[in-house]
Amino acid sequence: MSVIVQEPQTEQVEQLIVNDFNINVATANGSGSQTSNNMLIRSLYKMGIPVTGKNLFPSNIQGLPTWYNIRLSKEGYLARRERVEIMICMNGATVAEDMESVVPGGIILYDDTLPIANHRKDVKYYPMPVRELVKAANLPYNLQRYIANMVYVGVAAYLLEIEMDEIKDALAWNFGGKTKPIELNWSMVTAAYEWAKTNLTNDQPYRVRRMTGFNEDTLLVDGNTASAMGAIFAGFTFAAWYPITPSTSIAEALADYAAKLRRDPETQKATYAIVQAEDELAAIGMVMGAGWAGARAMTATSGPGISLMAEFVGYGYFAEIPAVIWDVQRMGPSTGLPTRTSQGDLLAAHTLGHGDGRHPVLIPADPAECFEMAGTAFDLAERLQTPVFVLSDLDIGMNIWITRKFEYPEKPLDRGKVLSAEELAKFKDEHNGQRWGRYLDVDGDGIPYRTLPGTEHPAAAYFTRGTGHTEYATYSERPRDWENNMLRLLRKFETARKLVPAPVIDEAPGARIGIISMGSNHPAVIEARARLREQGIESSYLRVRALPINEDVRAFVEKYDTVYVVENNRDGQLYEILLVDLHEMGYKLVSVAKCDGLPLSARWITEQIAK
Amino acid sequence: MTATPSRTPAARAPKLNLIGLEKTAYKGADSTLCNGCGHDSISSRIINAAWEMGLKQEKVVKFSGIGCSSKTPAYFLGMSHGFNSLHGRMPSVATGALVANRTLIGIGVSGDGDTASIGIGQFKHMVRRNVPMVYIVENNGVYGLTKGQFSATADQGQKLKYAGTNPYMPLDICLEALAANATFVARSFAGDAKQLEALLKAAIAHKGLAVLDVISPCVTFNNHDESTKSYAFGKENETPLHDLSFVPSFEQIEIDEYDDETEVQLHDGSWLVLKKLDEHYDPTDKHLAYRTLEDARKQQKLLTGIFYIEPETPNFLDILQMTDTPLAHLGEAQTRPSRAALEKLMAEL
Repeated sequence: MSVIVQEPQTEQVEQLIVNDFNINVATANGSGSQTSNNMLIRSLYKMGIPVTGKNLFPSNIQGLPTWYNIRLSKEGYLARRERVEIMICMNGATVAEDMESVVPGGIILYDDTLPIANHRKDVKYYPMPVRELVKAANLPYNLQRYIANMVYVGVAAYLLEIEMDEIKDALAWNFGGKTKPIELNWSMVTAAYEWAKTNLTNDQPYRVRRMTGFNEDTLLVDGNTASAMGAIFAGFTFAAWYPITPSTSIAEALADYAAKLRRDPETQKATYAIVQAEDELAAIGMVMGAGWAGARAMTATSGPGISLMAEFVGYGYFAEIPAVIWDVQRMGPSTGLPTRTSQGDLLAAHTLGHGDGRHPVLIPADPAECFEMAGTAFDLAERLQTPVFVLSDLDIGMNIWITRKFEYPEKPLDRGKVLSAEELAKFKDEHNGQRWGRYLDVDGDGIPYRTLPGTEHPAAAYFTRGTGHTEYATYSERPRDWENNMLRLLRKFETARKLVPAPVIDEAPGARIGIISMGSNHPAVIEARARLREQGIESSYLRVRALPINEDVRAFVEKYDTVYVVENNRDGQLYEILLVDLHEMGYKLVSVAKCDGLPLSARWITEQIAK
Repeated sequence: MTATPSRTPAARAPKLNLIGLEKTAYKGADSTLCNGCGHDSISSRIINAAWEMGLKQEKVVKFSGIGCSSKTPAYFLGMSHGFNSLHGRMPSVATGALVANRTLIGIGVSGDGDTASIGIGQFKHMVRRNVPMVYIVENNGVYGLTKGQFSATADQGQKLKYAGTNPYMPLDICLEALAANATFVARSFAGDAKQLEALLKAAIAHKGLAVLDVISPCVTFNNHDESTKSYAFGKENETPLHDLSFVPSFEQIEIDEYDDETEVQLHDGSWLVLKKLDEHYDPTDKHLAYRTLEDARKQQKLLTGIFYIEPETPNFLDILQMTDTPLAHLGEAQTRPSRAALEKLMAEL
């Protein structure tokens, strides 16, 4: 990829630092700062600059501190980065530590009513007269607090030289073309910009410049929106859900897009149903009922919801009912850190339920993969007649990412082995005289045929139950029936191994070490590999995209002396799964696991491998 | 004296219903419940009602939770799909399935433990949504499969062999249903075949959720005389609110008019004819339903009949405004938007 950064054309400050720094915005939750931060991200993105936003917000509606970390990287690294060059202080509760967090040489933009506890010599301070500027705007009281955050947008635009046209476009986009709020916010941005131009000396080195080579053919979108869009284009027909951070916006986006895109063109009636259930137990119960009756059914939840769904998921495995379950992972059991990210549900999701059982798990790494895997998950669930998990996380789901454009699904929907009345009538003739049995494996892949309720054939009906059953779905407590069924389910799991998305492998010539990781760690791993290379350490990389793992993973581990398994949880859950599947090579595997509620950083991964 | 013509007993042609089926075609597998179980009587009434109404079994879908009651869907309508789900979770499964295929007729069977204890939440939410289904509670006030624990509908002061004396007031399933805005609330007794069948038919014809609380004695664990869920109590204390007749939509009403008679037309054109025993009882008066149920509860009286009905309230499927084609039958052409739609969506991001 060729990256072209336009040369700075304004007055020269010694050693400008262009498109390569972090901005951290400290505000209070519920103060409307999300709009301001989105304006910054969007205008930088539209200027062609690779940019990442990480929203570090509390579990609170209003008042608690929140930070928004914006990273600009002309080299295109999109992982979270710890260093802060530019601090924007709008929150008195955290201002002292926020000002301390800036690196030497950095700058601090602050609401001038906030105190400076410790005048550092190694940073530059830029006061912003937020109160006066808001007062001068002469707005109704209820709007003042929201508009106040536009002040830092205007001041930052002046200092960093963000193109004002892009900010205006971003505002227009954000407010869907509604003139009044656009003008209201825009006038505050320009007032702050003009104030800064008149009153501040721009003697700091950080600048942004329009560039090309990275953002072309990309989208700026959060993973939950992408997941919902993916489900729409994958032909979902039923969704049931219960509100839980950070998955709620999947259901909300699904409802928004479906209302526009999924109506019968003639009658305007819905080709789907979305039900907000009374809890996660009911949500998965409805999905089971709908999937059993032939709908493409899904739910979206997070860790605590997964726990409540355990009994039904085990039932779905055993009674063989398709279902798609999105788990947008957050940190910890119970409430844990509900607004912080994690990859801590991998083992729980893979093994959910009581008794024996393993579920296919898909692990998207970015919004584009959320879009694609929404379709893959439905196809697999219906093909395999089993619950399929998609493990996203808060970082992918709720942060906005630069991601490749979504590809229109070319593959027809795979509705799996469903017999119509006509097919049922011919079944015996087409299967060597073998009569159809709901749990009878006639193809050798462990996957039986099913009929849907309403199929107009006297032999179509069967009784679905969680109790022991024969191949013909009749009640049985016979040991042999039980074991045969469980062994067939294992055969089906081996079929799943071949059907789930294969890992993505990038092998470096001369590498002696390998890195295995998954999901949202991807940007941090890419950057860590570059840093390791600078230190003379070549590494190959395999990104697991699904469980169960396939033969590619075994071959990869075989090839390298040491393989680091990088993940965002305490116990090294992917490491544990690999250790079981590849036990004879277990000595090669090293767990590199961390859980602190934040997306992994390249620096931390590099340190773990290079130490 | 002329000889009366002798009748040779010819093989009598089997009686067929509207769609040409014998009653035996509506049977299921053999019951594995205890001999004399009230639940088996209810299964027989379901078979009878379905046969007489000429239901197409392929269009019926049976649901249940866990417990003795929940085993019974295996024992009737063998040509219908069935889903024996989890304890207390039948409502959510049924909701999903009936939304997925709006052409299906749902019959759910639950018990008092399944509905009033572990499943009270899902029960009330299903009632609130008015999902079109017959919701039968086979109510015996006791847990049978785990051998004799009290359920939430057990009488206060009731004694059981192992569980001792129940100190709590029972939940009344009909009152719970009313409070959750049910559109059809009725109670019957497993031993009252005629009434139960009329109520079952009316419940099937109802376009919303029909709650049918059927007192169904447990012959093994709860059939002693002091229990309000025993045969003896039921036979002696059952007080019907009205004599019920159900006239299906395919038959003309040909019942004599009485002064004390009320007719309720159901959504599908069939009629529920109530010959009042209590001349003041109006089944569309919700206040009256509450008062009647509460009085019966205080007096420990087994009052049966239809307490409340709202025939025209929109059901869950109406509210969802889905296509006439069941969701389960929609193909890719109806459910995958165009390439241009995706491009437009991405351009708007």
